[in-house]
Amino acid sequence: MNEQTLQKLKEAGELFSPGHRACIGCVEVLAVRQICKALGKDTIIANATGCMQIVSSPLPTTNWMVPWIHTLFENTAAVASGIEAGLKAMRRKGTGIDRDITVVAMGGDGATADIGLQALSGALERGHKFLYVCFDNEAYMNTGIQRSSTTPFGASTTTSPSGKTSIGKVTWKKDMPAIAAAHNIPYVATACPSYSADLVKKVKKAQQADGPAYLHVFSVCPTGWRAKPEIGLELGRLAVETGIFPLYEIENGRWKMTKTVQHLKPVQEYLKHQGRFRHLTPDMVARIQDMVTSRYQTLLQKCGIAPS
Amino acid sequence: MSKRRGIEASAAVAEAVAAANVDVIAAYPITPQTHIVERISEIVADGILDAEFICVESEHSALSACLGSAAVGARTFTATAGQGLELMHEVLYVTASMRLPVVMVVANRALSGPLNVWGDHSDVMAARDCGWIQYFAENAQEVYDLTICAFRIAEDHRCLFPVMVNMDGFHVSHVVEPVELLDRDAVASFLPPNRYPLPLHPDRPVTMGAFAPPVLYTECRTAQEEALRATFPVIKEAWDDFANRFGRRYAPVETYRLDGAECVLVVMGSFAETAAAVIDRLRDAGKPVGLIRLRLWRPFPFAEIRQALSNARIVIVCDRSISYGGPGGPVCSELKAALFGHAHQPRIVSFIAGLGGRDILPEQFASMVDRATEIVERNLPVDYEIIGVRQ
Repeated sequence: MNEQTLQKLKEAGELFSPGHRACIGCVEVLAVRQICKALGKDTIIANATGCMQIVSSPLPTTNWMVPWIHTLFENTAAVASGIEAGLKAMRRKGTGIDRDITVVAMGGDGATADIGLQALSGALERGHKFLYVCFDNEAYMNTGIQRSSTTPFGASTTTSPSGKTSIGKVTWKKDMPAIAAAHNIPYVATACPSYSADLVKKVKKAQQADGPAYLHVFSVCPTGWRAKPEIGLELGRLAVETGIFPLYEIENGRWKMTKTVQHLKPVQEYLKHQGRFRHLTPDMVARIQDMVTSRYQTLLQKCGIAPS
Repeated sequence: MSKRRGIEASAAVAEAVAAANVDVIAAYPITPQTHIVERISEIVADGILDAEFICVESEHSALSACLGSAAVGARTFTATAGQGLELMHEVLYVTASMRLPVVMVVANRALSGPLNVWGDHSDVMAARDCGWIQYFAENAQEVYDLTICAFRIAEDHRCLFPVMVNMDGFHVSHVVEPVELLDRDAVASFLPPNRYPLPLHPDRPVTMGAFAPPVLYTECRTAQEEALRATFPVIKEAWDDFANRFGRRYAPVETYRLDGAECVLVVMGSFAETAAAVIDRLRDAGKPVGLIRLRLWRPFPFAEIRQALSNARIVIVCDRSISYGGPGGPVCSELKAALFGHAHQPRIVSFIAGLGGRDILPEQFASMVDRATEIVERNLPVDYEIIGVRQ
């Protein structure tokens, strides 16, 4: 992170307070904190049921210094739709807040890619001016590490365990940013809190978008991934450097890499730190490598960069 | 100050929404509610009502969007029916527990399966315990009046609960009747602006929907139950004020020809109008019968129903839904619970009729009276009977 961004983040003040109950080494909660700083205080957040909701809001306490609402698991994009519509109608009629308020919906990968996909698709299609943030920690961590549709191929979870006849999860990760982009919304991006400046910049862009924006945030979960808690940020960097989680944005339909990796590191550099991949044979690792390389090439093509 | 027009009950709901100057409507079309959302869409499209109409992708999202809208302090409306109300189910509970003043009209419809789009009370009975104020309208005028009243009740700071206005699908929703429509100034004088006390606002950040561990959940639920029961006088006050201003009176329990009635029929919803005509006929024939129309379903009017039945010898309850494997009709079991252990114990007979849009004919109400008398006088071991089953 450059000095200027760091300074700005420091000055921004905290909108998500210390004292939350997230696990040691949780990178997701760090992303929440950074995003709140980038959003600023004129923000209203609707939060799906999940880790970030549970760690931040046991009655009678809260970590939120912005207006925040949690209702259910699968409906957060719909709740945000109502917030946006309510603010819009009341402002127009002279009975509401007479300035721009950023409406944010946030949820984990389960809330976004699985149970809440319909509500999200509906809200994106309707064109509400709001930002949806998916914190992707690649499984249902809050309920105890069950697989979701964004759990990567080969990962062992409590409902896709590796065993004598199983390699762990047998399907590939659902491509949520592409699904969001298929709604032809003005802004879609991937981000990772290991790259704070990039994350903050994307939040600001999303905030300015003239319509729905979707941000897919890679959220390292040492507990669920069975990794050392002190290497969360490093794992995030390795995910980007191996091409497993590329950083890009789609602005008004134009795809752009925001961090192009010239020479991808082998995926094993990333996988080896995590207990959820420990059972993988060299063959399986090779399959993952092939898929990652191929998807990265496709992404470069979409971004107009000739494959190397 | 008002004008009389022949309009469909669903259009009357839309007129009430416009007259109440609603800010946000979020709804998903479902038979027999569709005419409501179509007419509201037209009213918004023509600029008659300045509102955001969110055409959501499901009823689950409809009520979820209403949650969000009400949480920022916007006056909020939705409408649904049958399966739609079931899809909203978990959101119903959250709306009530978060004390958000959403108003919903339900065009009551049977539940699948088999699929049936016509009217009965299966939908609202499945949502009985969700914590909303729930009442019934019997015709177009009533649904118009009671929808306007619903906003005042819901948004009253002594109340702050969502309100569900029920009307029978098709038998009310699709019937064209003369309706006296109030002008906006008259409605505004009755219905003050919505001032939700703690909306989501960046200048006064609040956390809504924190979770309650076992050490606090019971207290949350107790507070909600006490608050819902305490809405009873607020509901009555709103209805009384409406009567004083506009001349049409509504009450939690409405009685018809109860003087000297030994046998009392209890009906909820539009079929009470048919029942009233039958009561007239039987009275003319010298039979001591009367009628109770149960208007307020939640909070349940225990004292009023006991008072109304204090001289009855036989009580006949006509339900429009089944509680599978249970004690008979849900309205009947509520009534039994209300009377159990009290000094006056009439005999209560449960009938179920009018399922999935089937009519209850006047002669069927008349035969219910005969059959109930027979059951009581011969002391027959009958839990409940379903009327008009084709063999």
